[in-house]
Amino acid sequence: MTVAATPLRVLIGKVGLDGHDRGVKLIARALRDAGMEVIYTGLHQTPEQVASTAIQEDVDAIGLSILSGAHNTLFRRVLELLKEQQAEDIVVFGGGIIPDEDVPTLKAAGVRALFRPGVPMNEIVDFVKGLRS
Amino acid sequence: MQERKPRFTSLSGLGINRVYTRDDLKDWLPENDLGAPGEFPYTRGVYPTMYRGRLWTMRQFAGFGSADDTNRRFKYLLQHGQNGLSVAFDMPTLMGIDADDSRAHGEVGRCGVAISSLADMDRLFEDIPLDQVTTSMTINGPAAVIFAMYLAVAEKRSMSVERLGGTLQNDILKEYIAQKEWLFPPEPSLRLITDTIAYCAKQVPKWHPVSISGYHIREAGSNAVQELAFTLYDGLTYVEAAVKAGLTVDSFVPQLSFFFNVHNDFFEEIAKFRAARRLWAREMERRYHPKDPRSLQLRCHAQTAGCSLTAQQPMNNVVRTTLQALAAVLGGTQSLHTNSMDETLALPSEEAVKVALRTQQLIAQESEVTNCVDPLGGSYYVEALTNRLEAEALDYFRKLDALGGMVKAIERGYPQREILDASQRYQREVERKERIVVGVSDYQEQESRPIPILKVGPEVEREQVARLSDLRKSRDPFKMTGAVEALQEAASCGENVMPYLIEAVKAKATLGEICAALKEVFGTYREPVVL
Repeated sequence: MTVAATPLRVLIGKVGLDGHDRGVKLIARALRDAGMEVIYTGLHQTPEQVASTAIQEDVDAIGLSILSGAHNTLFRRVLELLKEQQAEDIVVFGGGIIPDEDVPTLKAAGVRALFRPGVPMNEIVDFVKGLRS
Repeated sequence: MQERKPRFTSLSGLGINRVYTRDDLKDWLPENDLGAPGEFPYTRGVYPTMYRGRLWTMRQFAGFGSADDTNRRFKYLLQHGQNGLSVAFDMPTLMGIDADDSRAHGEVGRCGVAISSLADMDRLFEDIPLDQVTTSMTINGPAAVIFAMYLAVAEKRSMSVERLGGTLQNDILKEYIAQKEWLFPPEPSLRLITDTIAYCAKQVPKWHPVSISGYHIREAGSNAVQELAFTLYDGLTYVEAAVKAGLTVDSFVPQLSFFFNVHNDFFEEIAKFRAARRLWAREMERRYHPKDPRSLQLRCHAQTAGCSLTAQQPMNNVVRTTLQALAAVLGGTQSLHTNSMDETLALPSEEAVKVALRTQQLIAQESEVTNCVDPLGGSYYVEALTNRLEAEALDYFRKLDALGGMVKAIERGYPQREILDASQRYQREVERKERIVVGVSDYQEQESRPIPILKVGPEVEREQVARLSDLRKSRDPFKMTGAVEALQEAASCGENVMPYLIEAVKAKATLGEICAALKEVFGTYREPVVL
């Protein structure tokens, strides 16, 4: 087996209006320290901005952080936009304050994984690494 | 006997000795560094009698859904013995946009109450006598607009604004540093804050126009030292801006208040409150020599640390919150919010918020800790920690001075990077099990027992959008446009915008329209990306 020629490219973003960026920045740093190329969008991104940046930057995955309660609307919108632009191969995962009952519906909509409060950082890093095996 | 760890440190990373003695307080003089309660440098508290005179205000932060939903929650809390109101706004309101703006989609009423117009504000306080409660409003970017709505509601009820008591958070510097909810660049934002300070000094004397906040700095990942240093430095920055605008210190500083987090490290947190009071008194005295002693007194609200709560085994959060609340009380806070056990899952349910409020009532009524003022004063350990926190904060003051002040430091990403580094250090300590989070990094359980949580449905957004549409149809468009243009004129020529904001909200201009009009004058801000 050969080692992948290029590092994984991951877009890490904050969609929606909330500014809680502690978790998202720690994750961006952890993925970067694990050797991935991390594109951090900054705050207050619209789903349109996220989808178009992801496509332009040709990323393998998009990690979204939402702590405002708007996850049902925003995750779905990003997935829709990726589908419209034939970019469903980009894996979407996320984290934030997401109640138990919203998890199955978001996963059914196409969110690959959801990391909620208290998840160890290496679990997230391992998940992203696993996308290429 | 060997100790459990090679090194014991506070949550901020300060080394802690096995035991403290008189030798740790060599330069400490009780008459200079401690004083009496209610006297300079206020280490022991701002009032001589503290809780023997009056207990702290129990003020639970609340807001969700529509104005009517939140109005019902306010009445529930007042019925259960709460004595101050505290409004949580939803994200669109906090960002100065209306519920029918496309950027608001999915966010309306989710993490607070949706307020887009004067009519919403009126319904939020329906049947609540504004002159008999004090109201705290947690809003920053559009704070002046929301305040104008509150004043206009009072006016509509023929109530003199002189009698209104409460607090506007209105602390924009910590938004750039930590919470990230800004509308305009720092300089015009500071000017808006100065306008509210000047307006309150003249017209609304019982109101706190700014609540200088460390809470969000801490929640963004800072340690106690950074929280203390950045918050007090922000406070000094507001004072200097108002003094430059021509106000005298004693005309407005007594109206400023502070807002701190209270986290897990029990003694460090108590020391933080004590150090904050002493540092503020000393800095104000050194810089301005105020005549009114109230200009030296740091009064504060405190909230237990939301970021310390865990989604796992949520009942444990009741215990965490109790310890934190006790630290705030032993630290001498004037007002307190205790978090509910379900807040890492959703906004608090009625049951959860009641337990949180009861926690404060228990401390106040059953523990007897309120009998004596500053009961830990004179403890070698607490005094040494208080000294250490003050010294560490002054160290940050020097660094911020060297960078040219807080605005310049923010533009260079300095406080943001310091916080991110501290947050990463803590995360690593937890992952290496150097710090244990009960129920998460140790003592885990596989079984999870779900607790009931509050849901906010999509109908809230639909109804709020419909109300806005009716409002726009019902108003006199010429009157509205005229009022907004007059506001823009005042904003660009440097006149105090408060009277113009009041006229604009009365002419039924919406929050989003007013903020958009101000952005035309003030511009917008893009933060330096710090990673």
